[in-house]
Amino acid sequence: MGKLETVDLTKRQKKARRLRSIAIGLALVALVIIFYVATLAKFGPAVLNRPM
Amino acid sequence: MALIDDRCIDEAPLRMSEATPGDYIALLKPRVMSLVVFTAVVGLVAAPGTMNPLLATIAILAIAIGAGASGALNMWYDADIDKVMSRTVNRPVPAGRVTAGEALGFGLVLSVLSVMTLGVLVNWLSASLLAFTIFFYAVVYTMWLKRWTPQNIVIGGAAGSFPPMIGWAAATGNISLESVILFLIIFLWTPPHFWALALFKSGDYERAGVPMMPNVAGPASTRRQIFAYALLLAPVGVAPWLLGYTTLFYGVVSLVLGAGFVWYSWKVLGMSDDDKAMVPAKKLFGFSLVYLFVIFAAYMGDRLVAHLAGTGA
Repeated sequence: MGKLETVDLTKRQKKARRLRSIAIGLALVALVIIFYVATLAKFGPAVLNRPM
Repeated sequence: MALIDDRCIDEAPLRMSEATPGDYIALLKPRVMSLVVFTAVVGLVAAPGTMNPLLATIAILAIAIGAGASGALNMWYDADIDKVMSRTVNRPVPAGRVTAGEALGFGLVLSVLSVMTLGVLVNWLSASLLAFTIFFYAVVYTMWLKRWTPQNIVIGGAAGSFPPMIGWAAATGNISLESVILFLIIFLWTPPHFWALALFKSGDYERAGVPMMPNVAGPASTRRQIFAYALLLAPVGVAPWLLGYTTLFYGVVSLVLGAGFVWYSWKVLGMSDDDKAMVPAKKLFGFSLVYLFVIFAAYMGDRLVAHLAGTGA
């Protein structure tokens, strides 16, 4: 088994990837909050009113 | 197997991206987006009735993202043109920081996300209008009209005119004559605004092969058409007051602004073909930005006061 060939990122590419990852993470958190808040705003307390 | 592996590597060299989040934000055309957000807020606030402020905020956010998505699709398709114009050469795609495919994927994902969010959380009329706006800007304007006819920004301007109507539809679930007038104000404002810019940037457009009015019909014809649109825009700007939708405050503001627009356009009409500085065109371009901002701000202020006072129109 030879060593797997991998791509070595430059410092600049690593930094850009880290920033993109953070931005994607923040965007996902924002989406979760938006849909959580919007669900409460749209349905209000009725969101808990469901048959058991 | 080895042969297949070698071919894969030879034909598709790995490209590691150096794009930052800022490049993706630039794909959304933030300055255009700010105008879209502002006019959509005016439509939403001016509409009768009340709307949950959280849902209203989400509606504006979805409209903003939808506008941004159409910007990204525009940059995907127009990368070849952007490369030869001084104003656009540093955009992420022509500068090589983002590939055209990445811009296309980004635009498509955001288009679907914004339309679905607006539809599910607000209403499907506003979502349909947003979807139509994105389609109109990305396909009808960018892919079809822009490279084909000097009327490109006249018809394509409709895409930029929809946001107040979408805001209105988000708040009320319908389209009214009042929101159509807001649409018409931006629609009639767009040609003189862009033609004033095109007059003193005609070299850029000519190099890129974009048929703007000064390159195709000549500066004299463009100046006449700018003046004609100004004569149409001024009364339409006053129409909300004439039809009894607003108070005298808006009527006076829109009258003064309309007179100003006609005045600056008159100055452009009087420019000579030898005029290289084109100061009147630059002044009209600057004033047109003031015109749109102030007339919409006055409209929103007028309606907001009426809502708070509980007097309606």
